[in-house]
Amino acid sequence: MSNEYAAASATAGLADDDGAAPEFTVFGGDWSDVAEEATRLGEQRLVFNMGPQHPSTHGVLRIMLEVEGETVTEARAGIGYLHTGIEKNIEYRTWTQGVTFCTRMDYVAPMFNEAVFCLGTEKLLGITDDIPERANVLRVLMMELTRIGSHLVAIGTGGNELGATTVMTTAFIGREETFKVIEAITGLRVNNAYIRPGGVAQDTPDDAVEMIRAMIPLVRQRLDELALLQLENPIFKGRLQGVAHLDLAACMALGITGPMLRSAGVPYDLRKAEPYSGYETYDFAVPTSTDADAYSRVVLRLEECYESLKIVAQCADRLEELKGAPVMVADKKIAWPAQLSIGTDGQGNSLDHIRHIMGESMEALIHHFKLVTEGFSVPAGQAYAAIENPKGLLGVHVVSDGGTKPWRAHFRDPGFNNLQALSALTEGGQVADVVVAIASIDMVLGGVDR
Amino acid sequence: MSDAIDNRPAADADLAPVTPGGRTLINVRQGMFGARGDTTGYDRITRFVYEPAPAQRPYGGWFDEVVDVLEELLGDKADAAIESVVIDRGELTLHVAREHLLEVCTHLRDDQDLRFEFCLGVSGVHYPAHVGRELHAVYPMQSITHNRRLRVEVSVPEEDPHIPSVTSVYPANNWHERETWDFFGIRFDGHPGLARIEMPDDWVGHPQRKDYPLGGIPIEYKGAQVPSPDQRRQYR
Amino acid sequence: MSDHADAPPFIIGKLEDFAGWARAGSMWPATFGLACCAIEMMSTGTPRFDMARFGMEVFRGSPRQADIMIVAGRVSQKMAPIVRQVYDQMAEPKWVLAMGVCASSGGMFNNYAIVQGVDHVVPVDIYLPGCPPRPEMLINAFLKVHELAKDKPMLRHRKQIAAAAEAAALEATPTSDMKGLLR
Repeated sequence: MSNEYAAASATAGLADDDGAAPEFTVFGGDWSDVAEEATRLGEQRLVFNMGPQHPSTHGVLRIMLEVEGETVTEARAGIGYLHTGIEKNIEYRTWTQGVTFCTRMDYVAPMFNEAVFCLGTEKLLGITDDIPERANVLRVLMMELTRIGSHLVAIGTGGNELGATTVMTTAFIGREETFKVIEAITGLRVNNAYIRPGGVAQDTPDDAVEMIRAMIPLVRQRLDELALLQLENPIFKGRLQGVAHLDLAACMALGITGPMLRSAGVPYDLRKAEPYSGYETYDFAVPTSTDADAYSRVVLRLEECYESLKIVAQCADRLEELKGAPVMVADKKIAWPAQLSIGTDGQGNSLDHIRHIMGESMEALIHHFKLVTEGFSVPAGQAYAAIENPKGLLGVHVVSDGGTKPWRAHFRDPGFNNLQALSALTEGGQVADVVVAIASIDMVLGGVDR
Repeated sequence: MSDAIDNRPAADADLAPVTPGGRTLINVRQGMFGARGDTTGYDRITRFVYEPAPAQRPYGGWFDEVVDVLEELLGDKADAAIESVVIDRGELTLHVAREHLLEVCTHLRDDQDLRFEFCLGVSGVHYPAHVGRELHAVYPMQSITHNRRLRVEVSVPEEDPHIPSVTSVYPANNWHERETWDFFGIRFDGHPGLARIEMPDDWVGHPQRKDYPLGGIPIEYKGAQVPSPDQRRQYR
Repeated sequence: MSDHADAPPFIIGKLEDFAGWARAGSMWPATFGLACCAIEMMSTGTPRFDMARFGMEVFRGSPRQADIMIVAGRVSQKMAPIVRQVYDQMAEPKWVLAMGVCASSGGMFNNYAIVQGVDHVVPVDIYLPGCPPRPEMLINAFLKVHELAKDKPMLRHRKQIAAAAEAAALEATPTSDMKGLLR
């Protein structure tokens, strides 16, 4: 935690310190001793560590803060404490198994990681237009439900860090409502591996549409509660308005996307700009603001949740219309073969599917075997796919060598990119605003570190 | 391997040897169906997998306009700077020589017809088969104004893995270049602070290179051992 | 607490029961959420699953005030020294719950970046599999830790009891030699 870290601040152009101000570096210990020592030495500028184990750093983020009194003079983020080697691991797994790995990157919004990886794979396969409509509707439904969940986590943990625990409990109950639907359809609450190259893993249960329609007012109620709790609260406004300001020039220089860019005034949303999975056919708005501070970002996230609920309602209507349609691409050399169903002991192999492959069709058995053990081959080349994560632009660069395993899959996580703005957001502000700034960036360290 | 079928593509129009570095050899794939030393002969097949061939004019869509504008801005350096143009799966890839990378990026960002405001990071790729140009750095560029995306790819040899840093043009690439240095060992000259970002500071090696092992351990269960994923028998 | 040779004397037995009940009733976790399991752990603290019924919703930021370290998520090589440091800073009695397969054994990430089981770094009391474990599974693990806390011996011959337990574990059949269980 001393000045041996030579990395300069992320935003070039910050005037370097004249070097004359004396500094006192803290290496841990009892805070009262440290404060006493600092007063005795007459130094005012302290360099200390915030994290990686910290209640409010949204994961294992380490921030090296140089503080003069209560003002942050320099803040540097240290990441890598959750680096999992997911990208390298994907190179040793088939394209479908890669989904189960990439889904654990941004674990708050797992469906988006899966979706972008599958979109990249499908681009390489050339089957983007062959994805059945019901599969696209299910993908959009899952993505929007996960978007609501992710924004609720952002708002909830943001409130919790300010000391308002009720905000967190309210937000997480809303999230649980979405989980009931997600669990009914995919089998898992998080890290579902539901969106697979070619479509989605399985079709919905019969009562899915009723469940979705019953869930929407419950989530809307929680969103209303959050808005009522926070948005006019003078303490909330005092702590968030004008804090973590990042204007348009800084956003463009730092490549910021997502709610941070939209709070600076640019209505850039990839769902509208480069629609994927049928987003161009849905009716929704992209909330934008010009205040560019933490308060406007919370407002934007809440409004995006309402817009997502609109999309979810449209998805439910379409699911009803498309009942019985396929959910996987028609090409049997790519489509994931297995079907699951709920039995007396939980979710397992669908007996109809077993009967089909064992008794009725040799080709189906062969396809099942080869697709599950070997996987499908993807023609050589590279592709880039990008979608709108709750946090910003999530991109994937996939390279194939013609085989059944990716040669390279690199994810451009918006949290990784947006976290570079931390120094710009916090320097010159107070230590308490660092917490607010991190909450307003809304990054997930799993995506940042991968 | 002396009687292996030589699948190397013949030196005809398909390979179009117009570029100094040549078309990227992604991988040399030995064997099919995971066969190893059996009587089928499938273990001896050797396939040289190249990236798609450079595109011929007209490219189609907005690609022509963009490449024309870029070549005009580069002037007589255009041939040296843009090594090849590949169009595949609806995406434009410009292979750019590293000496001219900064200039190309500046034009891409600043010219009103190009206006690629965002650089979506650096993706490193390691092609050990492509001797002399093993390490590739791929820069996806996004234009909000014109709503389009292209890719700039720079290739460098492992012995001299230096690429000029584009942080002076796209400050957002700061951490992305650090990550690519960390995982591939590509040194970005001019980067304000090129340090490891994901691995611990004293880590040795560049983990995402192909010659770096996955590093897993064998899993033991009731007396049996399942080897680490990179050691197992597997299809490729 | 039955009547065998190891049973504690009456007063100590009552003290142990009381202390065990108090410790189990309000075991405060240290905030050590790392990855996906952390989100499930946070969900367990929220009203649908509600850890507060077990006295555990108070996550302490300072390890000095924490009783249990729930290692929730994958431990990377860079994070391992910090896990150990936080564990060392906790005051006795302390327990460690390895939540999720990544903390128990490295999980699906068998590679250079992840420590293959947090028991390489800290001694673990309860292993909870799952990727991520459902909040109900986490609550089940809590109940097991509470059992451990209630049975923790105090005062008398703690070291002897621990040494005897370790000797018994060393004598026991290792899992890899357990055969014939699937018949």
